[in-house]
Amino acid sequence: MPTPVQSLPESELIQRVRDGQAELFYQLIEPYQRSVYAAAYAVLGNEADAEDVAQEAFLKAYSRLHQFRGESKFSTWLIQIAVNEARMRRRKDRKNLYESIDDGYLDDSGDYFPCDFADWREIPSEALDRRQLREALSRAIGSLKPLYREVFIMRDVQGMNVRETAEVLGINQPLVRTRLLRARLQLRDALAPGYDGAWSTGSPSYKKVRPF
Amino acid sequence: MPIIEISCEDVWREISNYVDGDVDPVLRERIAAHLKSCAHCSAVVDGTHNLIRLVGDGRSFDLPNGFSERLKQRLAKTGR
Repeated sequence: MPTPVQSLPESELIQRVRDGQAELFYQLIEPYQRSVYAAAYAVLGNEADAEDVAQEAFLKAYSRLHQFRGESKFSTWLIQIAVNEARMRRRKDRKNLYESIDDGYLDDSGDYFPCDFADWREIPSEALDRRQLREALSRAIGSLKPLYREVFIMRDVQGMNVRETAEVLGINQPLVRTRLLRARLQLRDALAPGYDGAWSTGSPSYKKVRPF
Repeated sequence: MPIIEISCEDVWREISNYVDGDVDPVLRERIAAHLKSCAHCSAVVDGTHNLIRLVGDGRSFDLPNGFSERLKQRLAKTGR
C-alpha cells in the first residue's frame, strides 16, 4: 500500500512537488506559515503588507523549489526568501516613514541604557490570554526600528539561535548580539511599566522609578 | 580570589548575553555578584527574562484571522 501523503517526510514532499504534484505544495509549507509571516512582519512592521509579502514569498518558493539544495533547513530557506521579498517591498514603498531619512537601517550610535527600573514581577501564565497585554506587546515590537525588530523577531519570537538569525538576515553574529541587546532593553523599557499596575488596574498612569 | 566589581553600565552591555547564558564564567560571576546588591539591574534582568518568555510563547504572535484560507486561495489561483 502506498504511504498516505499526509505522513510523507518533508524531503519526499519537496521531491514530489518538484516532479509536478503541485497540489502537495500547501501541505509542504503549511507548518511554516507563521514563521514566514513573522519574518515578513519583522522587516515591514505592518500586518497587511506582511501578509501580502508572505504570500509572494510562498509563490516564489514554489517557482524556485528546484533551486533548494538542502544545504540549510527548508524553513531557513523559506524565511530567507521572505526577508528578501520584504526588503524589496520596503525599498519600493516610498511612503515608508523611515525611507526618506535613513531607510531605518542605520544603527543608533552609542549604547542604549535602560531608562525605567520598575520591577517587572513574574508573569502569571493567564496574563498571556489578556488581549491588552498582547496588544501592548505587538505595539512595542511594531515601534522598534526595523533593524532591531528583525533581529528580535528571528531570535526571540521565532526561537532561532544567533547563527541562524545571522544567516537569514545576512549579517554577522556580533551584529546580531548588539542589535538584540538594544531591542530587548527597549522592549523591556516599553513593557515593564505595564507590570507596575497600569495593565491590571486599567489606570492610564503608572509608577516609574528613575533613580539616576 | 575576590570578585572584581563592575558598574551598572557594564552589566547592561552584557545583559542580553547574560540571560542567554552566553558570557564567560568569570564575567558571569561578576555580573551575578553585582545583581545581588543592585535592585535596579536585577529588575532589568528579570524584566528581560520575562520579555523573552512572553514573546517565546506561541500565542504572542498569531497569524491574522483567515491567513491560511487566503493563502490557499492565492495558491489555487496560480495553479499550485
